[in-house]
Amino acid sequence: MSARTVVRRLALALAILLAGSGVGAAEPERGIALQDLRSGIAFVKPEVRAMQQDDFSNPGMLWVEKGAKLWSAGARSCASCHAEAEKIMQGVAARYPAIERASGRLFDLGDRIMHCRSERQGGPALRHESDELLALTAYVSHQSRGMPIGVSIEGPARAHFEAGRDFFFRRIGQVNIACAHCHDANWGKILFAETISQGHPNAFPIYRTEWQTAGSLERRLRACLSGIRAEMLPYGAPEYRDLELFLAWRAQGLLMETPGVRR
Amino acid sequence: MTARIQIIPPRPRRGEIVEVRVLIQHDMETGYRRDQEGREIRRNCIKLFICRYNGVEVFRADLSSGISANPLLQFHTVAAASGELEFWWIDDESAQGLERASIAVSE
Repeated sequence: MSARTVVRRLALALAILLAGSGVGAAEPERGIALQDLRSGIAFVKPEVRAMQQDDFSNPGMLWVEKGAKLWSAGARSCASCHAEAEKIMQGVAARYPAIERASGRLFDLGDRIMHCRSERQGGPALRHESDELLALTAYVSHQSRGMPIGVSIEGPARAHFEAGRDFFFRRIGQVNIACAHCHDANWGKILFAETISQGHPNAFPIYRTEWQTAGSLERRLRACLSGIRAEMLPYGAPEYRDLELFLAWRAQGLLMETPGVRR
Repeated sequence: MTARIQIIPPRPRRGEIVEVRVLIQHDMETGYRRDQEGREIRRNCIKLFICRYNGVEVFRADLSSGISANPLLQFHTVAAASGELEFWWIDDESAQGLERASIAVSE
């Protein structure tokens, strides 16, 4: 190993350490500069990109359409409180995860919909990754398509943000790497047959060709954990929410794309 | 079963070739997978798809386990007269889908 390589590796390790411990300014700094932010769609093959860009052949639209039907289905439907999603839900998904006022918990959009369903609508509880929940989440998120992500990390959200940031920079799993090693330090490079993306949450729920179905950000995070042979936390674990908040903050300014298509 | 249908162009002239696109939401379960408990998941694919144009069959497809979930079918027909396109399909568990789309043909 040349001296130059050693210096570079040390600098990288130091940078990761510093970012991980939050040393520096009180206001967190971006790992990737705003002008360098790229959506995951920039890293997929042209065929997959074409699938997402054509609203007809984008299979994610099946979930959006199903969500539109569910939105106004039943006596105590979503529409009976919120009226037209096309107007009132614009930009909502771009602000999640957010703190739920009554309980003080950090909710992602799926949690919010599940909460509404069990607390307000009195319907049967929605399961994680169920078609119904994905459809409603996709429909609501679709109303924010083209709008920039912008979450709050102020007040009670701050602790969650910091926990998420710690998670992002912590080495885990048998492979013993952190999210940052791929998605901050090595995006754009080839790993096996794939190009490493920056790991942004701006297109969820996504239709993933590997899954042959739509899935949430949580499912995608589980796939990453499995890939580095780390413990797959159960659905709904607070660690996912913290990380989701950090990822949303990290991607702020990036435009929403729901429903995205990925390989 | 949800499906989406697109006819291009939406208002064709008589005799014009139109493209018909159908996207069907279906798992197209191959029969080769196992669930979390290791039990085999039974094969369930759309096995037959038929499109009728004013009652006349214009397209038919035999589908099988090599075809991806949520298949997109794309084919052409000639705009003969105004009326209705009817799409019908059936899967291995005999669940059927039926969708209709109207077509307005100008002279």
